[in-house]
Amino acid sequence: MKTKMNLTKSTKSTLITVGIVVVAYIVMQILGGAGMLSSLMKGLLVPLCIYAIMAVSLNLTVGILGELSLGHAGFMCVGAFVSAFFSLYFKETMAAGPRFIIAIILGGVVAALSGLLIGIPVLRLRGDYLAIVTLAFGEIIKNIINVMYVGRDEQGIHFSMKDAYSMNLSSEGQILINGAQGITGTPNDSNFTVAAILLVLTLIIVLNLVNSRPGRAIMAIRDNRIAAESVGINITKFKLLAFSISAGLAGIAGVLYAHNLSILQAQPKNFGYNMSIMILVYVVLGGMGNIRGSLIASVILVLLPELMRQLNDYRMLIYSIVLIVMMIFNWSPKAKEFREKYSIKRLLGKKTEKGEA
Amino acid sequence: MSSFFSYLINGISLGSIYAIIALGYTMVYGIAKMLNFAHGDVIMVGSYMAFLAMGSLGLPPVVAVLLAVVVCTILGITIEKIAYKPLRKAPSLAVLITAIGVSYFLQNTALLVFGANTKMFTSVIKLPPVILGDGGVNISGETQVAIVVCIIIMIVLTTFIKKTKAGQAMLAVSEDKGAAELMGVNVNGTISLTFAIGSALAAIAGVLLCSAYPTLSPYTGSMPGIKAFVAAVFGGIGSIPGAFIGGILLGIIENMSKAYISSQLSDAIVFTVLIIVLLVKPTGILGKKINEKV
Amino acid sequence: MTLLDVRNLGISFGGLRAVDNFEIQIKKGQLYGLIGPNGAGKTTVFNLLTGVYKPSDGKITLDGKNITGAATIDINKAGIARTFQNIRLFKDLSVLDNVKVGLHNQYSYSTITGILRLPKYFKVEKEMNEKAMELLKVFDLDKEADFLASNLPYGKQRKLEIARALATNPKLLLLDEPAAGMNPNETSELMDTIRFVRDNFDMTILLIEHDMKLVSGICEELTVLNFGQVLAKGKTAEVLNDPQVIKAYLGE
Repeated sequence: MKTKMNLTKSTKSTLITVGIVVVAYIVMQILGGAGMLSSLMKGLLVPLCIYAIMAVSLNLTVGILGELSLGHAGFMCVGAFVSAFFSLYFKETMAAGPRFIIAIILGGVVAALSGLLIGIPVLRLRGDYLAIVTLAFGEIIKNIINVMYVGRDEQGIHFSMKDAYSMNLSSEGQILINGAQGITGTPNDSNFTVAAILLVLTLIIVLNLVNSRPGRAIMAIRDNRIAAESVGINITKFKLLAFSISAGLAGIAGVLYAHNLSILQAQPKNFGYNMSIMILVYVVLGGMGNIRGSLIASVILVLLPELMRQLNDYRMLIYSIVLIVMMIFNWSPKAKEFREKYSIKRLLGKKTEKGEA
Repeated sequence: MSSFFSYLINGISLGSIYAIIALGYTMVYGIAKMLNFAHGDVIMVGSYMAFLAMGSLGLPPVVAVLLAVVVCTILGITIEKIAYKPLRKAPSLAVLITAIGVSYFLQNTALLVFGANTKMFTSVIKLPPVILGDGGVNISGETQVAIVVCIIIMIVLTTFIKKTKAGQAMLAVSEDKGAAELMGVNVNGTISLTFAIGSALAAIAGVLLCSAYPTLSPYTGSMPGIKAFVAAVFGGIGSIPGAFIGGILLGIIENMSKAYISSQLSDAIVFTVLIIVLLVKPTGILGKKINEKV
Repeated sequence: MTLLDVRNLGISFGGLRAVDNFEIQIKKGQLYGLIGPNGAGKTTVFNLLTGVYKPSDGKITLDGKNITGAATIDINKAGIARTFQNIRLFKDLSVLDNVKVGLHNQYSYSTITGILRLPKYFKVEKEMNEKAMELLKVFDLDKEADFLASNLPYGKQRKLEIARALATNPKLLLLDEPAAGMNPNETSELMDTIRFVRDNFDMTILLIEHDMKLVSGICEELTVLNFGQVLAKGKTAEVLNDPQVIKAYLGE
């Protein structure tokens, strides 16, 4: 009887998390239909889903697998460029629907494969060393994309790592990837509905993985690698599994990102380590290993600076102070003491004691 | 051949600056076991201080540098006291996030105070360039000074740690904080001292960096900070000679790849070399191997 | 019939010979004790048997199969499970999930099945839950199944480690100081549990222990290790009365 309860408990929790997204989606659609959404808010809907997918997928690496990654934006970058290239290439020759579906799958799969490829050598490292190497990989990916030139003409695909002229395109030729100028003219296939569906899928994939046999193996590795080995868990296999799924989902966020803009460039602010760190902040504030927490934290923290827009120059300053204060409030011994003293539970408890007396 | 020599010298010079920054990272890591992500931004603050002192106050360069050092030292100690000290027992990720918060804080404060526009930094160094080999090799004053300053800092720092009581206390705290405390070492004082030294070095590095590459913005410290962090890991984080070797090697690799391979890919090459080194030696060139006890 | 046969086992760390010429033969169904003063190399022997360290020389045979130098997970699959001197539970997993991780290689479905929640997922998970609860019941942990492992009291954590090890369906169970930190009541309860495990799971057990009451109470044979070498071995009562063994324990 007890075992049955256990199964439904995790399923229930998954349903609640997915339900939050569904309700939020419906509310937004109603508000949008009634013309009650500002254009700023409308423009934020897809990015909100993108960052939520990023945070949830990074939590799989950081919270569930327990490895610190500072290169998550790199996988987003891979997904974005692969899919944008694909969509641009078939812009005229394929219908938008199937083209976007293939683009999503392609972006996810290629990002997952790059995660696997990077993970094989790198996951042997531990802690801070792993962090710096993932950071390095993110920067390398961004750097290489910035010197890539790809074009096509009647003779086929041309490629250069120097500049657009070296591709020797004919006058009919079309530049697809133009180095640091990136990809221009990606079809704008992303919309809130697709983004919300992909966010729900991400949540289901991660939550179902966590509550399954491979998920337990991954968390066992996080909690105690040596004990996990001693009960016959293949450490490398499950580390790679978690890392590449996490990378693949980041790739899907990248696909959404690329198809939400007309110009896609790999810059420090969108695919650099600063972005990876920002996503990490969402994960840590939402709670390591807490998937629903990542979802909520990313939404709040994306909205917070936007809602403070009238504060303009001060908003990032306030954001940074909030970050520091929250960390100190959560972890400093003095703050802990303070919270215990004045916690709502205790104040309520005191009340009932008095009531009884 | 002569151009190779100038690339090498310039690489060593850039590497010297990385090494000075990396020392701050590595000392703080060794003692507080934390990645002080805000270290790069202390460099930026130091550069702005020197910039203001020379430009607005019209002070002589030497005084400007001293002022930058003093301000950064106080800044470093303050950051530690307010933001990091309450989190001594917190998980390392919480401390990392706090450091990121401090980094954002410094950048955005600078943005408010100094504006987003890039400032042109006037070099503090007025030495004439040394010209070798029929004018083929031109070593600028900035290049010479960076190398000399780095060597002096290395010697002074190593002597300080070996010969003084405070230096020994730093070693003791980095080995075992609890045991050091039991032996009567003032752990809080030692950690403050480490932050003070690291930040003072950051100020010097900032002035050298902006003298050699004369643009200054609120984000100036960010990338050199990351590179220096890479250098520290490269050499084996926690190790002072490691930071030195890592910094110099990084500078040389970066300059050489800029010169001979591609200026746009130089960062990618630097990071690739780092990854290869770590895969061969997972704790860096001079890092200690740590075995987990079963 | 001999289940574990170890010949001439040795390992050096740098210049230090931590274990030298170690021999042990354990018959199926035996309760065997490995004792010795602190630092004698007992845990090192466990680490050699489970592949945490690779032996410099010697041969380890389990049930006729040579497992010398094999990887930890292969040794576990071959049939050796262990507990640790300093408890190593999956502290942020529930008590039930700790045991289910132990069952990892006994039950199987693919990652895709798990993510898509195909019917096989529910079937196998149900079987795993039942098996895990059965094991928890043996150790009187079934009421705490939903607790986080780290929230269990110390004595129960030690029991959970044994349950997790048993979940891997081993032939040989290695217990590293199972009674460490337990009070006399808990220890005598533990002795009953160990006997129960041996009898009901047809288990062969090798244990390291300092508690002589436990050792003399349940071990049939002993090997005494001192400075990495076998000092004495044989029937428990004889070994414990060996003047050499007494001297090693009490010092000169």
